Amino acid sequence: MKIYADNAATTKICKAALTAMNECMEHVWGNPSSLHTIGQEAAEALMRARISMARRLGCDPSEITFTSGGSEADNQALRSAAMIGKRKGKTHIISTAFEHHAVLHTLKRLEQEGFTVTLLDVGSTGTVSARQVADAITPETCLVTVMYANNEIGSILPIAEIGVICKEKGVIFHTDAVQAAGHLPINVREQNIAMLSLSAHKFHGPKGIGLLYAQKGIRLTSLIEGGAQERGKRAGTEDIPAIVGMATAFDEACGHMEQNAAKISAMRDRLIDGLSKIPHSILNGDPINRLPGNVNFCFEGIEGESLLLLLDEEGVCASSGSACTSGSLDPSHVLLAIGRPHEIAHGSLRLSLCAENTDEEIDHILRAVPKVVEYLRSISPVWRDLQTGKREYVIKEA
Amino acid sequence: MALYSEKVMDHFKNPRNVGIIENADGVGEVGNAKCGDIMKIYIKVENDIIADVKFETFGCGSAIASSSMATEMIKGKPLSEALTLTNKAVAEALDGLPAHKLHCSVLAEEAIRNAIENYYETHGIPYEKSECSECAKEHDHDHE
Repeated sequence: MKIYADNAATTKICKAALTAMNECMEHVWGNPSSLHTIGQEAAEALMRARISMARRLGCDPSEITFTSGGSEADNQALRSAAMIGKRKGKTHIISTAFEHHAVLHTLKRLEQEGFTVTLLDVGSTGTVSARQVADAITPETCLVTVMYANNEIGSILPIAEIGVICKEKGVIFHTDAVQAAGHLPINVREQNIAMLSLSAHKFHGPKGIGLLYAQKGIRLTSLIEGGAQERGKRAGTEDIPAIVGMATAFDEACGHMEQNAAKISAMRDRLIDGLSKIPHSILNGDPINRLPGNVNFCFEGIEGESLLLLLDEEGVCASSGSACTSGSLDPSHVLLAIGRPHEIAHGSLRLSLCAENTDEEIDHILRAVPKVVEYLRSISPVWRDLQTGKREYVIKEA
Repeated sequence: MALYSEKVMDHFKNPRNVGIIENADGVGEVGNAKCGDIMKIYIKVENDIIADVKFETFGCGSAIASSSMATEMIKGKPLSEALTLTNKAVAEALDGLPAHKLHCSVLAEEAIRNAIENYYETHGIPYEKSECSECAKEHDHDHE
């Protein structure tokens, strides 16, 4: 048995998208820039996908730029808003401490180029309030970029409220909606979102494709120079099958959003209830405002990589914020941002579900995780020290 | 390709010599929880020979496998020989470790040296302090 519970990392492509992409690869292989009929068929497929995405996002098709994924969209959004600000002499950017690295690393780069960055504190549940954003805005602020939902701990942020504040203050508001798209409602007009990034492979679409929505009037800075594709803002021949696959998958995800969310969040809550029973464990992220599929726990006295390897042996595919899984020496910046000490952050487990998961799989996970945690604790000197009182528990029992 | 060799996975899933020794003759502990790995080695010494050895490890798969392999390599060996165990030998015995995991084998080498030096100290036996005995206590990841 293989249980895939790592849907925040990537998802399996849905049948409808796969069929549409195969169809496209076989029959719609032209270059949309070509004038002949074979090229124009591809241009039509491209336009249909753009219209479909725009309708689902509540924007105009001309406001969409297809990119290679969420990271590129984030890079382009931030760089574009920064350039607009710079021309007006505004060089202050507001974001949060637990954004995706596509945002954080771009901000680092912009700081080196002379911008000032304020990273808002995300508190112990991992969120920011519209009030915090309002208080941080200065006359120099050119951009607020706050993620819709956190990829590691699943917290959902008050995007619409932040949108209102930014609109009032005349500041560009960008949201990285990579984890939210297809799972949470999006309407860029109603939510006052000026820029939004998403990635297809997080909602059962293909990898290597995403988009950047930018409200009319926001001039994009090109990251890739070349031909006139995407109104000259993103050069390179369009990947029509991927774009069509994304539009198909997004249509599916949005069409079934409510029923999927109900099913997935019921499984999520069973997991949260069950895993909370493990002694000295703690849920990470907002218990209420939470992505339907996200479960994230820290278990005291163990390390995350060994937990993942043993869970894999038990047929459970999951992920962790431990340093050993990230390839760096520090554990997840998200867990550190919500105040988990290093030694606790190393022992984290993220399970992220989708509608294809079943109750039987949840039962299996609920048997496997306590067993593996107990085993690792039995060979852990840290756990022994905690048990014998030589070391104090960080995660106390209620 | 799997992250770890079959040997690493075997020693990780079925670790040898796991546990503690009550009234051990020497105990060595290296690493720290902040960095995500702690290794603790217990030894029983008879006639300058490591008669028994046990370990406990908090850490990743390669840290657990390195502890297991290192204890296998010194069990029944004279102390003088155990002191010559290198992290390289541990990593090689495991059919290699990924580059960013080599420090796990360093920890194993240091934990063993630490345990033996603890034995010498508590039994009043003079010994030549190894160069690394200090950094073994203040473990950091710069060893690899």
